[in-house]
Amino acid sequence: MQSSAAPSSPPSAPAPPAAPRVALFVTCLADLFRPTVGFAALRLLEQAGCVVSVPEGQTCCGQPAYNSGDRADARAQAKAMVEALNAEAVDYVVAPSGSCASQIRHHYPVLLADDPALAARARHLADKTHELVSFLVDVRGWTDVTARLDAAVTYHDTCSGLRELGIKDQPRALLSKVAGLELRELAAAEECCGFGGTFCVKYPDISGRMVGDKADDIAGTGAGLVLGGDLGCLLNIAGHLKRRGSAVQARHVAEVLAGLTDGPAIGEADPTVEHGR
Amino acid sequence: MHVTSRQFKDNARGAVADANLRQSLATMKTGFRAKRGVAVAALPEFEALREAGKAMKDHTLAHLDHYLERFEEKVTASGGHVHWAPDADAACRTVLDICRRHNARLVTKGKSMVAEEIELNAFLQKNGIEPVETDLGEYIIQLRHELPSHIIAPAIHVRKDQVADSFRDTHTQFPADRPLEEPRDLLDEARTVLRDRFLTADVGITGANMLIAETGSTVIVTNEGNGDLTQLLPRVHIVVTSIDKVVPTLEDSSIVLRLLARSATGQPMSTYTTFSTGPRRPEDPDGPEHFHVVLLDNGRSRMLGTQVQDVLRCIRCAACINHCPIYGAVGGHAYGSVYPGPIGSVLTPGLASLEEAANLPNASTLCGRCEAVCPMKIPLPRMLRHWREEEFARHLVPARARWGLRLWAFTARRPALYRFGTGLAARALRLLGGRRGRLARLPLAGGWTRVRDLPVPEPGGTFMARYKRRETH
Repeated sequence: MQSSAAPSSPPSAPAPPAAPRVALFVTCLADLFRPTVGFAALRLLEQAGCVVSVPEGQTCCGQPAYNSGDRADARAQAKAMVEALNAEAVDYVVAPSGSCASQIRHHYPVLLADDPALAARARHLADKTHELVSFLVDVRGWTDVTARLDAAVTYHDTCSGLRELGIKDQPRALLSKVAGLELRELAAAEECCGFGGTFCVKYPDISGRMVGDKADDIAGTGAGLVLGGDLGCLLNIAGHLKRRGSAVQARHVAEVLAGLTDGPAIGEADPTVEHGR
Repeated sequence: MHVTSRQFKDNARGAVADANLRQSLATMKTGFRAKRGVAVAALPEFEALREAGKAMKDHTLAHLDHYLERFEEKVTASGGHVHWAPDADAACRTVLDICRRHNARLVTKGKSMVAEEIELNAFLQKNGIEPVETDLGEYIIQLRHELPSHIIAPAIHVRKDQVADSFRDTHTQFPADRPLEEPRDLLDEARTVLRDRFLTADVGITGANMLIAETGSTVIVTNEGNGDLTQLLPRVHIVVTSIDKVVPTLEDSSIVLRLLARSATGQPMSTYTTFSTGPRRPEDPDGPEHFHVVLLDNGRSRMLGTQVQDVLRCIRCAACINHCPIYGAVGGHAYGSVYPGPIGSVLTPGLASLEEAANLPNASTLCGRCEAVCPMKIPLPRMLRHWREEEFARHLVPARARWGLRLWAFTARRPALYRFGTGLAARALRLLGGRRGRLARLPLAGGWTRVRDLPVPEPGGTFMARYKRRETH
């Protein structure tokens, strides 16, 4: 697999007055497990003519609490992120994750609906928040992908992005512009991979069967790389592919679009790093 | 309602390892899903129908008392009787009383999930009355002493050769060496056996897909015609149904009929759609002399006005079940409730209790496909989450998970502490698995590592740390 980075400078520097201000919500999983996704998002947003900031106080959108029935903590986390992301200071908030973007867009306004101080701010944040790839295509109308990747890839539609945000065509539109890339569709592209947040550790047997079926479908395409828009799903898929000894690699779609595919794929050994660090 | 959902995890472990079940479920996925997809795509107004169905059912549920009383009035006016049953026990006793009044020994049954819910067969048998299921799938599981594993395809887990074995064991009146390899052979034999039962039964019991308040009619949809023979041939017809099945008018029932079969099997309409209004009138050529409707509540009225009221819109098409990846992995029996899949996981805690339905609301990735295909637009993921919130609030969640969440949340609200924690975690995970890029085992993460490796963080620290370094350097 050959890859080469795209030029990193934005199309027009300094940014024109109309350049939208975007706050990047990097998401907790990208922050901890896959900083490359955060840097890929930065690069893509800049290529699309945005002025990007990374709000200091951001941590996690709160899905672990929300989907476990811990509404009090989910609310508290929503409050903390409404304040940290401070949507009033920017034009958009963008996250490289369908499920985290959906948590903010669809669930924060519900969680904070009866909070007199924050209901309006939560609504405001929700309206400004987008998932990265759909933001690039739908909001920015951006298709100037300069990345190259000589590889056959397949794409997994992650559930929240697909069904809560309608993300289906946007990643395909951008991937079709990546030079050298051949997209092969999955047999059951809209079937859940079995991640489901805490579900995957509460019900490992079921989750294992689901991700096993997904891995079979991935293998069925003959592609050497699987892409997706949510790191939770990708950690699940990559972890299972590695467990069964598969050579198929997994990456976040933003890494490919930004041309940041020189480093190891998710869960792969890094030949340049000895140990520890 | 007998619920064994506490064993869900153990059941699921067995189910995912069952090769036969896996094959049956694979067939279901390709069959039901593909056929629904074709049927929905062929009907441009499908979305508009969903909206109309939702609005009609919401209106009905908001005035449920009114429509149920109108239904009762109309049934009575047409010469039938309505019996109100607050719970399963009352419903079973009512059916038994009617059977005894007519000296019934043999009862034929059309397919009814409400009858499964109240465990009517076992109750009748205990009281000396023989119930015979006449829907082929129900008949098969009756012979095998099993519960349905799917609400419209109750024997979906049974292979053809297993059906043949059951028939050979039970139908000893036929030559032992008869061929039973082809589905046609099985069908013909079931038909021969059941025909005699249809003709000799004293009472016929069916469910109802709908109750029409305007006319006092009950509606069944079937593909085998067994329901019609069950309700028309015996002297007595008992409809065992529940209060959520009522719709205001005949016109309203057409909305449901247009959605139901398409969502269930991908048919535009089921083969038979039968409206029953009261007992046989003097000018009728056939029909039962007595017509009874047993209206079951069993926890449904308790759901009205709550976060889970919307589940009462359900028309039992099973689209959510057919598209559920969890059901697709474990099948219906693992759930430990006669209502499996997403609909069952929302309904069962309401009908039984959250304690008995333990596991069910959590056994979902909230992938949202159930809501996307539901013809009545029931927000199933929202309601699964609601039950999880109830569990959490009522301390039904294990203490370890509870405190783990609270500790995580405490940290996540304090960015400085959180950065310290994630920095530590990144370093620790890399120390353990940096060489391979992943970990095959990790203390306290057995749920993850049992079926997959854990990719470790990239070198160089968290994004926030690296971004900050880049900014300040």
